[in-house]
Amino acid sequence: MSATSHDVHTMHPAGVDELAVQVAGLRRRYGERTVIQGLNLRIRRGEFVALLGESGCGKTTLLRALAGLDAIDGGRIDGPAQPAVVFQEPRLIPWDSLWRNVALGFDDKIGKPLAQAALEEVGLGTRIDDWPRNLSGGQAQRVALARALVREPRLLLLDEPFAALDALTRIRMHALVRQLLARHRPGVLLVTHDVDEAILLADRILVMRDGAIASDYQVLPEAAHDRAHPAAEELRARLLAELGVVSSD
Amino acid sequence: MSDAVNRLSLPAATAERPARRVPRVLGPRSLFLISWAAPLALLLLWEAFARAGVLSPQVLPAPSKVLQTALNLIGQGRLLSDLGASLLRAAAGFVIGGSLGFVLGTLVGFSRLAEALFDRSVQMVRAVPFLAALPLVIVWFGVGEGGKVFLVSLGVLFPIYINTVLGIRQVDPKLLELGRVTGLSNWTLIRRIVLPGALPSILAGVRYALAVAWLALVIAETIAANTGIGSLAMDAREFLQTDVIVLTIVIYAGIGVVSDAIARLLERRLLAWHPNYAAKGK
Repeated sequence: MSATSHDVHTMHPAGVDELAVQVAGLRRRYGERTVIQGLNLRIRRGEFVALLGESGCGKTTLLRALAGLDAIDGGRIDGPAQPAVVFQEPRLIPWDSLWRNVALGFDDKIGKPLAQAALEEVGLGTRIDDWPRNLSGGQAQRVALARALVREPRLLLLDEPFAALDALTRIRMHALVRQLLARHRPGVLLVTHDVDEAILLADRILVMRDGAIASDYQVLPEAAHDRAHPAAEELRARLLAELGVVSSD
Repeated sequence: MSDAVNRLSLPAATAERPARRVPRVLGPRSLFLISWAAPLALLLLWEAFARAGVLSPQVLPAPSKVLQTALNLIGQGRLLSDLGASLLRAAAGFVIGGSLGFVLGTLVGFSRLAEALFDRSVQMVRAVPFLAALPLVIVWFGVGEGGKVFLVSLGVLFPIYINTVLGIRQVDPKLLELGRVTGLSNWTLIRRIVLPGALPSILAGVRYALAVAWLALVIAETIAANTGIGSLAMDAREFLQTDVIVLTIVIYAGIGVVSDAIARLLERRLLAWHPNYAAKGK
């Protein structure tokens, strides 16, 4: 529950002390309703954290606060001024070519080669001059991913980025994301509804309830690599129970 | 013939898909030809009536006579210089009114403060039909260039203003949010996201403003002018030169068609990314 107990498990010895973001005592209210209350969170660079929770538990509110899109009512966020975000929708600029979308915010001269490289990484290197409207949903989301990673962010926020994709595309995206993150190693916070996705991708899974982190699970590598592994089965069962999907009585 | 029989013998199929029957009778190509042949026939009819003396040249001279007059006036050098004078006025008024409308619209679209400062006043002035200001304009500017340019500017300002504000307000908030999480500066946000997003609406305003500009110019030149197409028409009225009057009307129409075509070309070029515009206009 507290943010102090998970500095022992180090999956990436190289980046142990390099924090991607630290949140302490975060509070966020909408009018009378308190959405986030006393939330603590630490994400290291290279660490992939998935955030699960029922709808309306404050997941997206937390992500928006971390992204700097919403003000906070109390507590501290120590992290990069500008984390990169991939939203549920690709949010590509329809009047810009793919490379200009990826290079958004960069000077064109520096941005173009960077965008070219980033688009090659997501398998769209031959289409840098194409327009977003010619892309499928999965391709568009790959461009959004390239746009996030080209900034080499210390913290990457993923707001259910695979939720709108069909099942096959989602599997391909999962593989691509793992491969890309292994290379770029930002700290990642993935908001998702999908327990299997969380187990597959994350090093750590947090469950959020009543505006705070209710529990914190470490994902063993064998569970991530084999969904039929007993450790994966057990984790899945516990997470589902905690999310109220499986009635325990 | 056999086609007709088939159709009669299959009433059920016809009822199911009534829409598909119509274009089969005439292909799109023939329909296109007809759409041009009809006005051409009308023109020929006009010419025939005029030559036969059914139409008095005082009422409506033959199209060939109007063409002849146009060539004569070009020969004298008057037509082109008058056309130039009119175009210059329209362009000056369009640029002045258009930039003012665009700048004001951009400010108001962005800033609540600018909206509080300007919007109500602009809307109040807009409530005045701009042609109603004509007597005042003549008092202010006399028959000089200023008044005409002023009137055109006034007519152009509002459609551009309104469509710019509207366009900026309608920019996808999700893209604005993206701009913020990408750390864009305000200026880059405006240049890369807000203005391009507002462009379809702004261009619709431009197209409408072009029509208004011509209307304003026709009125202004007809009331008081020493040069320009309108003054040509007024001079001709003094001497009952109906052919010249008809010519000026045709020229106004022609300019209207050309400016609309330019506006549409602009839309197709600038909005090539937009599915609605890319699909249109082959």
